[in-house]
Amino acid sequence: MIGQILVDGVTSGAMIGLGAIGLTLVYAILRFANFAHGEFASWGAYFTLLIATALAAAFGTGAPIGPLSFGWPVLMALPLGMVLTGGLALALDRVLFRPLRRHGAEIVLVIASFGASLSLRAALEFIFTDRPQYFSHGIAIALPIGLGLRATADQIGLLGAAIVLMGVMHAVMTRTRLGRAMRATSENPDLARLAGIDVAAVVRATWLIGGALAAAAGVFLGITVQIRPDMGFDLLLPLFAAAILGGIGSVPGALLGGLIIGLAEALAVPLVGAQYRAAVSFVILLAVLLVRPRGLFGVGRE
Amino acid sequence: MIGLLGYAAFFLTIALSYAVMCLGLNLQWGFAGLFNVGVAGFVGVGAYAAALITAAPVAGRVGGFGLPIVAGWAGAMVASGLVAAVVGAITLRLRADYLAITTFGAATSLQLVALNAQGLTGGPFGIAFIPRPFGALAPHPLAFGLANLALVAVVTAGAYWLIARLTHGPWGRVLRALREDETAAVALGKPAARYRLQAFVIGCALMGLAGAMQAQFFGFIAPDNYLPTLTFQVWVMLILGGAGNHRGAVAGAVMVWALWAFSGSLFAVLLPPGLEARGAALRIVAIGVVLAVVLLLRPRGLIGERATVSRHLRA
Repeated sequence: MIGQILVDGVTSGAMIGLGAIGLTLVYAILRFANFAHGEFASWGAYFTLLIATALAAAFGTGAPIGPLSFGWPVLMALPLGMVLTGGLALALDRVLFRPLRRHGAEIVLVIASFGASLSLRAALEFIFTDRPQYFSHGIAIALPIGLGLRATADQIGLLGAAIVLMGVMHAVMTRTRLGRAMRATSENPDLARLAGIDVAAVVRATWLIGGALAAAAGVFLGITVQIRPDMGFDLLLPLFAAAILGGIGSVPGALLGGLIIGLAEALAVPLVGAQYRAAVSFVILLAVLLVRPRGLFGVGRE
Repeated sequence: MIGLLGYAAFFLTIALSYAVMCLGLNLQWGFAGLFNVGVAGFVGVGAYAAALITAAPVAGRVGGFGLPIVAGWAGAMVASGLVAAVVGAITLRLRADYLAITTFGAATSLQLVALNAQGLTGGPFGIAFIPRPFGALAPHPLAFGLANLALVAVVTAGAYWLIARLTHGPWGRVLRALREDETAAVALGKPAARYRLQAFVIGCALMGLAGAMQAQFFGFIAPDNYLPTLTFQVWVMLILGGAGNHRGAVAGAVMVWALWAFSGSLFAVLLPPGLEARGAALRIVAIGVVLAVVLLLRPRGLIGERATVSRHLRA
């Protein structure tokens, strides 16, 4: 029983972690809490669903691959959906956040992002209605994975994909020029600019990466649960809790924070009931702010 | 004519209850620079508190004390203020946007409680038969509407007076000083955390009062009334009217509520049946675009904060 909770918690925690990476990077580099970040997950899921449906219509139905519940069109559509969502994040920055940054007041960005979040969600509801949609209507059967535990093939596959994405992200942040530039900018934007770093390019890369990873999290959530216009908004509180728990600006922190939130949610459901699942992240958030506001891997900047 | 007058009274009653929320938010954001993204949660706490205090007892639910409406409104302010004190005590000492995230989380969690704690809140069906002020006049809709409008107008004027008194005095000056330059204000010996917490609690108490007035005017509440869309509406009202200016807050509330009500009727007429849900979604997109345009083109709102210039600098 407890083992099964761990399996579910780890898979949902990996998705929260993926989404939280972008949130924490935007927070560190642009210095504002982006309430629209969850919408990138929803839009990513709907973009991918549209592309996958179009591919399936054009090239014949993609039968499920092996034990997975979805076929190759979803796999092909995922990278495209991630790119489109990265573009959406860039576009939102171009029309809304960048002009506001010029005015100076960082905190106004937060209310702008809150408005953008409701508008983006309502736009999805306008286009697709609030009827849930599915990547496939196949039933995912839980397979034994040893030690008496069961996991669906989808869960195992998505966990693998999430680990690959996280590994790539970690390599980018630690081994590449871009990653170093991003870390430098989040430490001190003025100094980074003086050192010859193209801060505007770093900002663009941050939105692209953040949007794309959120889209991946949205697609994974869409495969294991369902696709709804609210899915990203419901994810927002766990994402914030994971980013703050891990320490703002820390990619490994966001992943670990996501895992902890996912596990805590899974553990709390048998105790308080599934209907209070969303409040678990709030309780953890309050505890972190009380005990260690800078988070696990954060640097004190107060 | 009578019908039109009745509708005008109804419309203004609701608009003024929003104005009270907007005044509370103006104290928090316009003067203290505090970022509350949980307006709906504090309004909801007030509404439920007032309902539990004034409604008649119901089997299987806590509360229903059948007390007078005044007790309900006072209780609503205390309940919202207490929740605000807890949330504020934890977050106000941290960076500004942590308050935004925490209030958002508080509103989400409070909504879950409203939806699921059946024994306290009536669950998804909410609480009905909340006593309405001037209930004896209900057979005469116009008199009933006008009496309620007068009551809400008196409360709004009282809230306006209170907030104006507070912000024009030394207390308000300290708040603005903290907002503009915290280091300087703290160096002058002003306890930043205490002032912020006071402003936050008073603002949230006003939101609770507004929630109580709405609950009692409609006589019925449900968890769906307190979704993030409500928070967003109040913010748009304040930003459009002009943060930092009380007249702006009231004017913004009336204008945005007029736009909201008008666009709702317009969509109801224009859109074919079956598309109402889509119309509601489109309305939120539109009001979000309005917010973005105001923030970009007229960040000070229609009536912004008056510039305060030292008399030594004035020519």
